[in-house]
Amino acid sequence: MKKHWYDFLWIPSLLYLTLGFFNILFAWLGLICFFVPLVISLFGGGKTYCNRYCGRGQLLALVGGRYGFSRKKDMPRFLRSKWFRYGFLIFFFVMFFQMLWNTWLVFSEVNDLRQAVTLLWSFRLPWHWAYHSSVAPWVAQFAFGFYSVMLTSTVLGFLTMLLFKPRSWCVYCPMGTMTQLICKAKA
Amino acid sequence: MQTIIKRIKKAYVETENCVACGCCVKVCPRDAISVPDGICALVAVQKCIGCGLCARECPASIISLLEVPA
Repeated sequence: MKKHWYDFLWIPSLLYLTLGFFNILFAWLGLICFFVPLVISLFGGGKTYCNRYCGRGQLLALVGGRYGFSRKKDMPRFLRSKWFRYGFLIFFFVMFFQMLWNTWLVFSEVNDLRQAVTLLWSFRLPWHWAYHSSVAPWVAQFAFGFYSVMLTSTVLGFLTMLLFKPRSWCVYCPMGTMTQLICKAKA
Repeated sequence: MQTIIKRIKKAYVETENCVACGCCVKVCPRDAISVPDGICALVAVQKCIGCGLCARECPASIISLLEVPA
């Protein structure tokens, strides 16, 4: 089968996580993965992002599918259910707004910058080496927060890839759920 | 005389629980699946050869093979 340029978007996806390890400000680039799918679905492109351009999906398919790091078993029924998908979307939103709130607190000089990445919304990992104090503290705080979101979702994606099917993440991916809701609302 | 009804397999999508991720589209060797308007996967029954690759790939496990009269 002929490969297209978009079949290699797993490379930037992998690069993104690597760059954030060296300079946290690269985390801002992750906003592309937030806005592009929304814009595509809002302007009549359906779920083309998931279907074609999602680098994370490709990465999971590559590692879990081609390299075989997946049990390839069905996900438990409750993880595939609607309430779990919508529930996870709401939870994700709450955590996202909490991250924006933390950025606001640093912006308004209530809190000091925390140079840490929070994994799975609970474990604070030291990440100070990736910050070189060249920008306003709130810009860095957002980067730390956003990188935490991206790293957490990648860890969850890889975990469900290992346990279930390669692209199990796609079932409960908040962006996927959101874009599908937009498509359904437009229909 | 006994009539023999030939039956073949076709992919069937449980549309209610489809997440429209498009994993099935990528693996289909006959380009028989599409995700129109990003709502759910749609199988072009005439093209489907019932190979089951999509059913195996589907992360939500909502594609099954159904026997239909040929």
